[in-house]
Amino acid sequence: MTANRLAESLLALSQQEELVDLPKDYLLSGSEDEGDNDGEREHQKLLEAISSLDGKNRRKLAERSEASLKVSEFNVSSEGSGEKLVLADLLEPVKTSSTLATVKKQLNRVKSKKTVELPLNKEEIERARTPLEQEIFNLLHKNKQPVADPLLTPVEKASLQAMSLEEAKMRRAELQRARALQSYYEAKARREKKIKSKKYHKVVKKGKAKKALKEFEQLRKVNPAAALEELEKIEKARMMERMSLKHQNSGKWAKSKAIMAKYDLEARQAMQEQLAKNKELTQKLQVASESEEEEGGTEEKVEELLVPDIVNEVQMNADGPNPWMLRSCTSDTKESATQEDPEQLPEPEAHAVSESEGEDRPVAEEEILLREFEERRSLRKRSELSQDAEPAGSQETKDSSSQEVLSELRVLSQKLKENDQSRKQKASSEGTIPQVQREEPATEEEEPLLLQRPERVQTLEELEELGKEECFQNKELPRPVLEGQQSERTPNNRPDAPKEKKKKEQMIDLQNLLTTQSPSVKSLAVPTIEELEDEEERNQRQMIKEAFAGDDVIRDFLKEKREAVEASKPKDVDLTLPGWGEWGGVGLKPSAKKRRRFLIKAPEGPPRKDKNLPNVIINEKRNIHTAAHQVRVLPYPFTHHWQFERTIQTPIGSTWNTQRAFQKLTTPKVVTKPGHIINPIKAEDVGYRSSSRSDLSVIQRNPKRITTHHKKQLKKSSVD
Amino acid sequence: METAPKPGRDVPPKKDKLQTKRKKPRRYWEEETVPTTDGASPGPPCNKKNRELCPQRPKNAHILKKSRISKKPQVPKKPREWKNPESQRSLSGAQDPFPGPAPVPVGVVQKFCRIDKSRKLPRSKAKTRSRLEVAEAEEEETSIKAARSELLLAEEPGFLEGEDGEDTAKICQADIVEAVDIASAAKHFDLNLRQFGPYRLNYSRTGRHLAFGGRRGHVAALDWVTKKLMCEINVMEAVRDIRFLHSEALLAVAQNRWLHIYDNQGIELHCIRRCDRVTRLEFLPFHFLLATASETGFLTYLDVSVGKIVAALNARAGRLDVMSQNPYNAVIHLGHSNGTVSLWSPAMKEPLAKILCHRGGVRAVAVDSTGTYMATSGLDHQLKIFDLRGTYQPLSTRTLPHGAGHLAFSQRGLLVAGMGDVVNIWAGQGKASPPSLEQPYLTHRLSGPVHGLQFCPFEDVLGVGHSGGITSMLVPGAGEPNFDGLESNPYRSRKQRQEWEVKALLEKVPAELICLDPRALAEVDVISLEQGKKERIERLGYDPEAKAPFQPKPKQKGRSSTASLVKRKRKVMDEEHRDKVRQSLQQQQQQQQQQKEAKAKSTGARPSALDRFVC
Repeated sequence: MTANRLAESLLALSQQEELVDLPKDYLLSGSEDEGDNDGEREHQKLLEAISSLDGKNRRKLAERSEASLKVSEFNVSSEGSGEKLVLADLLEPVKTSSTLATVKKQLNRVKSKKTVELPLNKEEIERARTPLEQEIFNLLHKNKQPVADPLLTPVEKASLQAMSLEEAKMRRAELQRARALQSYYEAKARREKKIKSKKYHKVVKKGKAKKALKEFEQLRKVNPAAALEELEKIEKARMMERMSLKHQNSGKWAKSKAIMAKYDLEARQAMQEQLAKNKELTQKLQVASESEEEEGGTEEKVEELLVPDIVNEVQMNADGPNPWMLRSCTSDTKESATQEDPEQLPEPEAHAVSESEGEDRPVAEEEILLREFEERRSLRKRSELSQDAEPAGSQETKDSSSQEVLSELRVLSQKLKENDQSRKQKASSEGTIPQVQREEPATEEEEPLLLQRPERVQTLEELEELGKEECFQNKELPRPVLEGQQSERTPNNRPDAPKEKKKKEQMIDLQNLLTTQSPSVKSLAVPTIEELEDEEERNQRQMIKEAFAGDDVIRDFLKEKREAVEASKPKDVDLTLPGWGEWGGVGLKPSAKKRRRFLIKAPEGPPRKDKNLPNVIINEKRNIHTAAHQVRVLPYPFTHHWQFERTIQTPIGSTWNTQRAFQKLTTPKVVTKPGHIINPIKAEDVGYRSSSRSDLSVIQRNPKRITTHHKKQLKKSSVD
Repeated sequence: METAPKPGRDVPPKKDKLQTKRKKPRRYWEEETVPTTDGASPGPPCNKKNRELCPQRPKNAHILKKSRISKKPQVPKKPREWKNPESQRSLSGAQDPFPGPAPVPVGVVQKFCRIDKSRKLPRSKAKTRSRLEVAEAEEEETSIKAARSELLLAEEPGFLEGEDGEDTAKICQADIVEAVDIASAAKHFDLNLRQFGPYRLNYSRTGRHLAFGGRRGHVAALDWVTKKLMCEINVMEAVRDIRFLHSEALLAVAQNRWLHIYDNQGIELHCIRRCDRVTRLEFLPFHFLLATASETGFLTYLDVSVGKIVAALNARAGRLDVMSQNPYNAVIHLGHSNGTVSLWSPAMKEPLAKILCHRGGVRAVAVDSTGTYMATSGLDHQLKIFDLRGTYQPLSTRTLPHGAGHLAFSQRGLLVAGMGDVVNIWAGQGKASPPSLEQPYLTHRLSGPVHGLQFCPFEDVLGVGHSGGITSMLVPGAGEPNFDGLESNPYRSRKQRQEWEVKALLEKVPAELICLDPRALAEVDVISLEQGKKERIERLGYDPEAKAPFQPKPKQKGRSSTASLVKRKRKVMDEEHRDKVRQSLQQQQQQQQQQKEAKAKSTGARPSALDRFVC
C-alpha cells in the first residue's frame, strides 16, 4: 500500500515539475528555433498544458515527429517518449458517436470478464494438475517446504519467533568465535606439528604423558571404574606396540643407526635406548587394580603407624578437641606447600614448635574464629569433592587417547609403582597432598580476617629474639631477607606466605610492615598520665586519630606510588594518523595493526630503585641543579666515565685530609722561587735548532705544547 | 739537629770548601747516597742528581705498600734488605730493630678509603691505567696518613656499666653525679622555670652554648658550662622553636607570627616575614641554610649568609610540625599526619623520597649523625628504626606504652625518646650499630612533660626542655670525645670564632648540591655526557670515537687482488663476530648460573636424597 502511495506521489511530483519546466522550454525553444512548425508545436504544447491544469489528468498524446528534430545537438526533446499507446486510445473514435454504444457495452463486458492472471492465485497453484506437478507438490509437502509463499520454512519461522534479533546476533558472534577459536587451534596444531625439533616433541610428549599420569592417579582415587578403563587403554597401547614394529630395529632410522653404531657411540646409545623402550612398552603390566587399591589401603595403615599425627592431622583435627592443633597444622601445611617438596620438611619438629607456640597463646578469643574456619573448610571440601568428581567423568569422555601419550604413561606408571615402595617409607603419602592443597584457599581466605584482628598478646622474648635475628640478617642481605623476615615476624598472624603473585605479595608486605605487633618496651618509669590541659586535649585528638587510623594510609600510599610509577614511565609516541590510507569519516578508528606499526615504543628505562620496596617512593627525577655541578665531559685518556670517576673520588681538601696529605696532594707541578727572574723561552730550549721566527710564533701561540722536557729546561733556567 | 760530619766521608777536600758551604746541611735521616767526596759540580748538576733520586722514594713507598698495612705489627721483609746498608751507615752503628714505617691497622685505613672498587672497570689503555694507578696510590697514601693521625684522637668515650647483671636503666642521675668528678657533676643541673611554659632548647654546634625558649615568650641564651648568661628576654609572643645559627652569636626564634633573629645580646636583628607561622627550625651548618617548617605546609630554606630565601617548597601535606635533618647529607626529613616521612632538598620541588612509616601520623623523627638510621615514632605508639642506606626498611620496632613525642640521636648513636614526662635512652652495641630497643640504657623522670630534647655535642649531656624548665642530664657515652679544633672548637676564643666564620663562609656548600647521595659530585653526569656525544656526532657527521673499520694493507706480487682483499676483510669481520657471539654466550651462561644460584638459595633447604624419586 505504501509503495503505491509513494508511486502516486512521485508521479504527481514529476508532473508538477513538467509544469514548471514547460514555460522555460517554451522560452528557450522560442528564442532558438525559427521554424514555423516548431512554433506550431509549441503552441500545441501550451494548449495541452493549459488543458491539463483543470484537475483532470489528461494523458499527453504522443506526437509523431521527424527523426531529425529529435536528435538535436542542442536540446534533447522528450516528446513522444515515455508515452505508450493505449488500446483504449485506439478504440476511441476520433469523434465519439452514439452508434457505437452497443459495441462499447460489449467491450465492457469483455473487460469485466476475468482473464487468467499472472502470477497465479494460491488456489490455482495448489491445485496440481499434471502428474509432474503432483509429484513435486508431494515432495514439497513431505519436506514441509513452503509451497505458496516461498520465503520461510516452518522451522525457520519457529526459530524466528523464538529468537530476537539481538539473540541471533549474539549467537552468530558466538558461532563466529567458536569458529575462529577452532581455526586458531588448528593453526596452532599445524604449527606445532611442523616443528622439526625432535627434542621439542619429546618434551611435549613427556609433558603430556606426565599430565595423563597425574590425571590417572587422581582418577584412581576418585573414580576407580574410570581408572580401570584407563588401564585398559594402557593395555591396548601395549598391544598396539606389540603388533607394530615401531621400536624394533626395522625402521629406516634404526637401520641407519645400526650401520653407524659400529663407529659412533651416540648412535649405539640411541639404538639401545630404542630397544629398551620397546622392552618397556611390551612388558606386561600387572593388571591388579583391586590389589592396588588394597595396597593403597595398607599404605594408609602403614602411614598411620609411622606418622600418625602429621599425615592425617587435618582429619583428626577436624573432629579433634584441640583447635590449636588445627591452626598450627594449617600453617604447617601451608609452609610445606610453599616449599617445593612438601615431603622433605622435617614436619614433626615444625609441628612441635607450632604446638608449643599455640599453647603459649590464649585460646579463648580465637575459638569462635576457629569454629567458623572449620565449618567453612568442611563446606569447601564437599564442594570440591563434587568438583573433583565432575572433571573425572568428563575426562573419560574427552580423553583423546593418543597412542604415544598412553604408552609413555604406561612407562611412567610403572616407574610410579616402583616409587611407591620408597614412598611408603617416607613420612607422607600422595594421598595427603591433594588434601593439603585443598586447604590452601581456605586458609588464604581466612588470612585477612586474622590480620584484622586487633592486638594479640605475644610472648615478648620470642619476638625480641626474632628482632635480633632480623637485625643481623638485614645487614648481610638487605633484600631477600626482608621477605623472610616479614614472614618470620608474624609467624602467628600469618600462617602462610603467599608466593604466587608479586603484586599481591607487595601489598601484603606493606600491610604486614605496618600491622606487625611489636613487643612493647619494658620501661621502669612509666610516664604519668596526668598532664597539662593542652596536652590532654592533644591526647584526645590523638585518640580520635588512632581510632580512625586504618588501612586507608596504606591504600593511599600505594595509590600514590602507582601514580608516581606511571608518571615516571617513559611515554610511547603514537604516530598513527587516523584516516590516512583508509576511508575517512566520523568515528574513525585506526586498526590495531596500524596502531601497532606506528607506535614508537619508548625504551624501557632502568628499573626503579623502589621496585622492591613497597613502603617507599623514591623520586627518579633528575636533579638538574646538582647535575650542573657535575663533570659532563670526559677528559682525554679516559674512555669510560667509571674510570674517570675513580680518579676524582678521593677528596683533596684539607677538611678530609691531614695537613701533610693535603699539602702533598696540592703541590704545584712547577715550583718557582719568589723574586727570581724567569727568562723567556728560547727556541733552543723548546728543541728547535734554528731560531726562526715562525717557530717562535708557533710556540707562543700554544703554550700548552710545552712539555715536561721544556718545563725542565725552564726550571733549569730559573734556577740559574 | 745537625749531625757531626762523618769522619770518613764528609770531610771534603779543601778545594771544594766553598761549594760545600753553600750546600744544605745534610741530616742523618736523609737517605742521600750521593758521593760528595770528589769534585761535586756546583748547583745545577747536584740539583739534577737530586731530581733523579727523587723518583726512587715513591718507588720505595710502592714496594712497601703492602707491608705497611698489616693487621699485626710485623717486620716487613723486603725493607729490611733494602735498608740494611743504610742502617749500617747510622751514627752509632746500631741497627734499627723496626726498620721502615710503622704498620697501620687495615680496618682504620679502610675507613678512609673512598674509591669504590666494587665496580669492575672496562679494559683501559695503558695511559688511563697509569692515571688510575696514580689515583689509587694517592688514595692509599692519604688514607694511611689519616689512619696514622687517628693516634691523635686520644680521648675515649664514656660508658656506664652495671655490676654483673645490674640493669643500667635503674641507675638514676643522682648515682651518676655522685660517681663522676666535680667538673662532670656540674654538668647536671635543673633550671626551674615553671612560669613560662614548656621549653624548647638548642645547643650550639660547639656544644658550649645553650639557647632555650619557653612557650610563653621566654628566650634566653647562656654559656651552660660556666653558666654565664648571655641574654634573657621575653619576646611577648609564643615561641615555637629556637635555634642557633652557624655560631652562637646569632639566634633564630620561631615566634607565633614570624621568624625573628636575635644576636647574643638579645637584640632583634631581623624579622623575616616571609617565614610565617613557623613551627620547627633546622640549621644546615655547611650550607648556611635555615630550614623552616610552617603551619601553612611550606618548607622554606633561608640562606643566612646572604639573607635570601633559596627555596619555598609546598609539602602538600597539611601542617608541618615534625622535622629533622640528616646530618650526613643535609636532607630535611618531614613527618606527616598520614604516616609518611618525606625527604626534601631545596633543589627539588618534590620530595626526594617518601617512606610510609606508621599507620597513624608521625610524631617525631630523628636521624643519626652518620645518616644511616632514622628513628620515627607515630601515633600508633610505635618506635621504629629505619635503615636509610637505600632500603628504607625498618630494622627494629617496638611499641611504647604511650608513644614517643620527641626523639633525638646523640653523636655516638644513642637514641633518646621523650614519652610524657619520662625520657628513655637506648644504646647500641658499637658506634655504627643502631640502638637496640630491647632494654633502655637509661631512664629519667622529669618534673613535667617533655617538650624538647637534644644531646649536647662533644659532651655526655642530654638537654631536656619540659614544662618545668630545663634539665641537663648526664648520659655517659653520648658525646664524641674528640673534637676537631678547626671545625668546632668548644674552647675557641672570639678571634678564633671570627676566623672560623670566614673560612666556613668561604667553604659554604651551594644549596643545590643537597641530594640523597652527597658523593654525587664525584660522579660524571652521564646523561649530559651522552647527549654531548650525540650532538658531536651529529655535528661532525661521523663518530670520531668509533673504531675505524679494518682496512687491509696493500700487498705486492699480486696478493692484493680484490678477491683477496675481500677475503681478508671477511676474515677479520668473522673473527669479530665470533668474539661477540662468544661473549654473549658467556654472559648467558653466567646469568643462568646466577639464576640457578639464586634459586638454590631461595629454596633454602638442603636437597634431600629422596628428591630423585619425586618426578
